Amino acid sequence: MTTSAPSDSSEQAAFRAHCKAWLAGNLPPRPSFRLPLGPLEIATIEQLEYLCDWQRAAHAAGLIGCDYPREYGGGGLRDCQWIANHELKAAGAPFFPNIVGLGMAAPTIFHHGTEAQKRRLLPPLFSAEEVWCQGFSEPGAGSDLANVQAYAERDGERWIVNGHKVWTTLAHFATWMILLCRTDRARKYEGMTYFVAPIRDGVGHGVAIRPLVKMTGELGFNEVFFEDYPIADDLRLDEPGRGWAVAMTTLLHERGAGPLVTPSSGGGVGDDGESTLGAAGLVDLAKRSYRHGRPASDDPRLRDAIVQLLIRQRAFAQNERRAAVPALVDHPLRLPLQHKLTLSELLQDTARLACEIEGMAATLHQTDPNAPAGGRWPHAYMNSYGFTIAAGSNEVQRNILGERVLGLAKSK
Amino acid sequence: MTRPHDFGFDETAQILKDTARRLLQDHCAPEALHRLVAASSEPARATEGVWDPSLWRKMVDLGWTAVAVPEHAGGFGMGLVAIAGLAEELGRAAVPSPLVATLCATYVAAACDSDAAQQLLRRIASGLSVSLAGTDRRGSWEPEDTAVVVDETGALHGTAWFVQDAGKVGALLVKAKSSRGVGLYLVEVDAPGVTMVPDAILDLTRDQAHVELRDVRDAQVLAEPGDGARALVAAEPALLTIVAADMVGAAEWQLQTTAEYARTRVQFERPIGFFQAVKHPLVDLMVQIDAARSLVYDAACAFDHEPAAAEVCARMAKAAASDAAAEGSGRSVQLHGGIGFTWECFIHIWFKRQKHNEVLFGDGAYQRARLADRLIGRIGETA
Repeated sequence: MTTSAPSDSSEQAAFRAHCKAWLAGNLPPRPSFRLPLGPLEIATIEQLEYLCDWQRAAHAAGLIGCDYPREYGGGGLRDCQWIANHELKAAGAPFFPNIVGLGMAAPTIFHHGTEAQKRRLLPPLFSAEEVWCQGFSEPGAGSDLANVQAYAERDGERWIVNGHKVWTTLAHFATWMILLCRTDRARKYEGMTYFVAPIRDGVGHGVAIRPLVKMTGELGFNEVFFEDYPIADDLRLDEPGRGWAVAMTTLLHERGAGPLVTPSSGGGVGDDGESTLGAAGLVDLAKRSYRHGRPASDDPRLRDAIVQLLIRQRAFAQNERRAAVPALVDHPLRLPLQHKLTLSELLQDTARLACEIEGMAATLHQTDPNAPAGGRWPHAYMNSYGFTIAAGSNEVQRNILGERVLGLAKSK
Repeated sequence: MTRPHDFGFDETAQILKDTARRLLQDHCAPEALHRLVAASSEPARATEGVWDPSLWRKMVDLGWTAVAVPEHAGGFGMGLVAIAGLAEELGRAAVPSPLVATLCATYVAAACDSDAAQQLLRRIASGLSVSLAGTDRRGSWEPEDTAVVVDETGALHGTAWFVQDAGKVGALLVKAKSSRGVGLYLVEVDAPGVTMVPDAILDLTRDQAHVELRDVRDAQVLAEPGDGARALVAAEPALLTIVAADMVGAAEWQLQTTAEYARTRVQFERPIGFFQAVKHPLVDLMVQIDAARSLVYDAACAFDHEPAAAEVCARMAKAAASDAAAEGSGRSVQLHGGIGFTWECFIHIWFKRQKHNEVLFGDGAYQRARLADRLIGRIGETA
């Protein structure tokens, strides 16, 4: 059951053909080492370099940044990124590592940056020559993000930053950080300013990065400490005091609800390949697993649970499809704001059910030679909590949906 | 065949949906509906007086019985995607009418390969209302199951159960069995030997009956014995999609009405929608409705463009919509509090329509069991 698109414009049709042709001959060879399941799990330099090389090649071929203007390293096309994403996924291509850059920094710089900032920052972002990380959350600013306390004080043509950011994915590999700071302690929402910070150059000069170990035992995110760290004023995005508005552009895109489609490839739901975390993998898993001495695929309760997830997975894809048909959408934010909530819970529930199907085998760590599917499912289940907590916990997502779409009274 | 990315929901479909929304807002607003169907709190056994035949004439005049009829039979030949849009509005308004029953019968007739079926389609396009009389006392939706038999002279005997809006329609599309298999027959409701026995049902927005057929001789053959099951199987995805669309529209009404109440009802000095115990369940209901709605248009589009995929998509849509309808019904009463438990509140009208549609043509668990057979394999098949 594929959806192709007879409604492609001629530009889109030509671009789709280009994607198919290029992908047919240019997927990278399988590496000799194990690839991480997603960008949040990149742990080693060799993993990073392999994936950055792949992103650079895909960008050079025009599959990344398709809808951005050419002068910023984009493809200068209209409404084509989703086509590239679709073809990348269909080809089983590896994911792109610069996820914070592509999904969050790029649209924010594009909407709020100066001409010079866009020309300087966007091309190496698309090609993964410069990796990005996000400096939003703090120990006291999680779900209540507007409570950020990292303070930037004006000092002539520069700002001096002091503070503490946490859950900073990719910081140990990053050249740049999108950084939300308080610049006025008297005002909560109007007292923040948004910067792009060259943190790699700052290490040892006011920036210290300390890795945090996840519940899976893996590295992947960090704490970042700023002590009298100077940032040039021309690295400020938008006006002082407008930081919250700029951050909303970032968050809208992070949650899949922004106007610019994020370049993406592989590893998502909807893929039927065995290497992915989609619900389709549950069917084969159930046929290979046993329960009461019979295939788990014969257990009526598991059958019902698997089909429920297959339905949710298809519904997720069909929501994406319907979101592009204005006649079938009641409120412009209604489907986009559900994206992160429904996807993260779909992945979590899929992984949880997979562990249930595996039974005792789900006790085996991915390093154990007897672990089924390479120990992927218990690992994915633990990691799924990163997705339901990050980018505004799902409890916060439900507040936002209730308030912005259903008009219910605000929690704050 | 390829499927259009926009489901094929074109301007004509949009106009049909908008027209339906406006007409039903004007002629079947909740207050008027409550006066019409809930004037008495007695069980809804009587069919007279609980629907609005003048509104039905308007619907026929607008061509709503013709929209699903193929052009070669005098209809508009619109896609199921457009019909789904119309059905959403019927559910949103919870309008009592024989239209859903007639649309379902239309798809069955269109799947029959006979002159009689073509004639029936022409009559439907001109305003004849028809209901399927195709299940047995246990309410089985398997294509071969029926409690009506056809004898060697072509006469029908037996009882057709759970016939929808039987008191409103002009004719019945009867499923009957012989030694050669299942056939389909057209029977006028006033034909000799036909006795309509109304059921006492919970839903105030429709009627239901079991129909006794005693030696009914003037039945027209729409599908010969042995051909009927094939036609029913071919039409089934459309039937499931239409009922699912009705539930999605009704669930959206339940969501919006309950959200409106949560915005205005004040307790503990705040509108109750402030509290996350109210806010989050409403959001979860919205998420469920949106999933079901997307699956409805997916299923309609599959029926129009990729018949081989239609059954799976339609069962997914019906399962998701049945579950959303159950959730919408429970939440709407609970979150309205005491008033939501009363007869005077409008909420129960939608609650009861949803409960009826949830089980019609098989509930969520039934659809998922059928899907499991298709997508996982039958129990015992895995070595």
